[in-house]
Amino acid sequence: MTEAHRYTATEILAILSSRQLTDGQVVFAGVGIPLLAATLAQKLRCPGLTILFEGGVVGAFVEPGKLPPSTNDQRCTKRANMVLGSAEVLLLLQRGYVDIGFMGGAQIDRHGNLNSSFIGDPAKPKIRLPGSGGGNDISSLTNMIVAMKHEKRRFVEQVDFITSPGFIRGGKTRAESGLPAGGMFRVITELAVFGFDETSRSMTVLALNPSVTREEVQDNTGFELAFSPSATVTEPPTDHELATLRTIDPDRLFTA
Amino acid sequence: MSEQSTSSGGAAPKLASRDPGARPYGDLRADLLKRDRSLREKVMSLSDAASFVQDGMTVGIGGSTMSRTPMAMIWELMRQKKRHLSASRCIVSTDGDLLFGSDVADEIVTSWFAQGILWGLSKVMRHHVESGSKLYQEWSHMAVGMRFRAGAMGVPFMPTRAMLGSDIIGQRPEAKEIDCPFTGEKLLLVPALNPDVAIIHVQRCDPYGNAQIDGLQFMDVDLAMAANRVILTTERIVSNDQIRRRPDQTKIPFFCVDAVVEVPFGSAPHECFGVYEPMMKHMEAYVAQVNADPVAGMRDYLDRHVYGPKSWNEFLSLIGMDEIIEASRQGRSIYND
Repeated sequence: MTEAHRYTATEILAILSSRQLTDGQVVFAGVGIPLLAATLAQKLRCPGLTILFEGGVVGAFVEPGKLPPSTNDQRCTKRANMVLGSAEVLLLLQRGYVDIGFMGGAQIDRHGNLNSSFIGDPAKPKIRLPGSGGGNDISSLTNMIVAMKHEKRRFVEQVDFITSPGFIRGGKTRAESGLPAGGMFRVITELAVFGFDETSRSMTVLALNPSVTREEVQDNTGFELAFSPSATVTEPPTDHELATLRTIDPDRLFTA
Repeated sequence: MSEQSTSSGGAAPKLASRDPGARPYGDLRADLLKRDRSLREKVMSLSDAASFVQDGMTVGIGGSTMSRTPMAMIWELMRQKKRHLSASRCIVSTDGDLLFGSDVADEIVTSWFAQGILWGLSKVMRHHVESGSKLYQEWSHMAVGMRFRAGAMGVPFMPTRAMLGSDIIGQRPEAKEIDCPFTGEKLLLVPALNPDVAIIHVQRCDPYGNAQIDGLQFMDVDLAMAANRVILTTERIVSNDQIRRRPDQTKIPFFCVDAVVEVPFGSAPHECFGVYEPMMKHMEAYVAQVNADPVAGMRDYLDRHVYGPKSWNEFLSLIGMDEIIEASRQGRSIYND
C-alpha cells in the first residue's frame, strides 16, 4: 500500500473526479470536493471549463488558498463572468445549459439515488440530515458526477429517502417519473470509479483505484456490484496533480 | 397566518405547518392596497422596525447561507421574544439555529439547514426537529426560488421539473403534480409564498428604501416583491441623488419597502459582499459550543451574545476588533485585482 501514503482518500477523490471533466463543459459544482475537482480540472486540462455555483455564479475561477466556505459566498464570484440570482442559475439547469452536475453524497443506492434528508423513518427520523439544497435540482436536470466516501453504510441497496434522484428504481423509471433528461453518469470513491448499466441502470465498476481489489470494493458495498467486462485500473494520481491540488487547498479545508 | 394547532392529548404539542401556500389573489391585492406606498422617508430604529413582525407571522429571510443574512434584525426579533414565526429562506445557516434555539420560530421552510458544510450537521437543528418540537419543511433550492417567484408575480404557483421522482414530493402535499395541458408532460406545481414580512440586508439604500445590492442577490428581489411588508437593514443610508447616479444597481424599489434601518455590520458574523467576509473564529466558536450541547450551549450563547449586550455595537465588540478588521480586509479584497 505504498501508493496510499502519497495521498489522502479525499485527495484521490478530487483528482479522479477532475479527470472526468472535459474542456468546454459547463459544470454545476457543489462545495467541497466538487469545487476542488472542477478548479483542479481548470488548472490542469480544462481552461475553458465554465463553473456554475448555486449562489448565482457563472464562470467562476476560484483563487487558490481562498476557497469559499460555501457556494453562496463572495469568494465564489472571483473572476466570474456573471452573477445572477440563485433561482436564475438553477433555471439554467432546467433549460438544459448545464453539461455536468457535480456533488458530494452522504448515502447512495444501487440506482444512484442520493439521500441527504433522513436516516430512518422521515416521520420520526433517527437523524435529520441537512436536506437537498440544490442537490435535487441538479440531479433531476443534468448528468451527475458524485464524489463520496466509500463505506458500506453509505452504499446501500435502497436509500432511506430519495432526496436527489438517480435512476429511481432502474430501467426507465427515471423518465417515467417526469425526468426525461440527465441521470447518474459517474460515482467516484477512494476505491473505484462507477458508471450505470445502460439497461438495468445499476451501479457498475468501470475502474478500480490503484492497489484496490474487487473484493475490497464489494466488501464495502451494501449491495451486489456488477463489474464491467472492460473494467480497468485507474492511473494513480500524478505528482503534478497532487501538487496542483495542494496549492488550491493549502489549508486542507476540503482535503483533510 | 393561523393559530398554532395543539394536540388534544396533552402530550408534546403537535405542530402544524403555518406556511399558507398560495393565497387568493383578491386577498393579496387587498393587503397591498392597505399599505402606505407613498414616497416617504422610512428610516427607523431596529426595535421600531421589529414591530412589523408579530407573533405567528410568516417571515422571509434574505441572503443565503452565510451571506447577507439580516442578522441584526434576527437578533432584535430574539431580544423582543417574538414567538411562533414561520421563517422561509433559500438556505439557512446559523440563523436557523438561532431562530429555533431562541424559540422565535417553530417552523423553517428551506432547502438546506446546517451551520455550514465545514461543520457537518447542525446539532441544534437535529435536536429540535428530531424531537418534534420544531418543523423543518424541505423543498429543493429551485422550488424555494419558484415559490418566491410565484409570490412576486402575483400568480398562485410556478411549474417546475425539479423534485419529481424524489421522496421530497411525498413530504410536500402542498406541491401538486400535473400533466401539462400543452404537452402532456409531468410537471410539479409549487405554491406561491408571500411572506407577511421580508427582512433583507443590503449594502446601501436611500431613506425611501431604494436598495442597491452588490454581488450575489440570491432570491432577494423576488422575496421583496412577494412579501406583504419589507424591512431593510443596510450597511449605509445614502442620498436619493446617489442612488440615481447608478440606477442599474438598484434591485429593490422603494414602494415595496416599509422600514429602513442603518446597521453597519448588520450581517455579522456572516458576510456582506464587498464589505466583510464571515467572521470565522466567532462562527467556529459558536458551532463548537452549540454542537457540544444544543440546549445549554445555545442558552449560554443567547445570554451572552443576544440578550446580554446593550446594543448591536456591543454585540460586535464581543466578536472583537481583530476579527472584524480581518473580515473587512477580506471582504473588501473582492475588489482587488
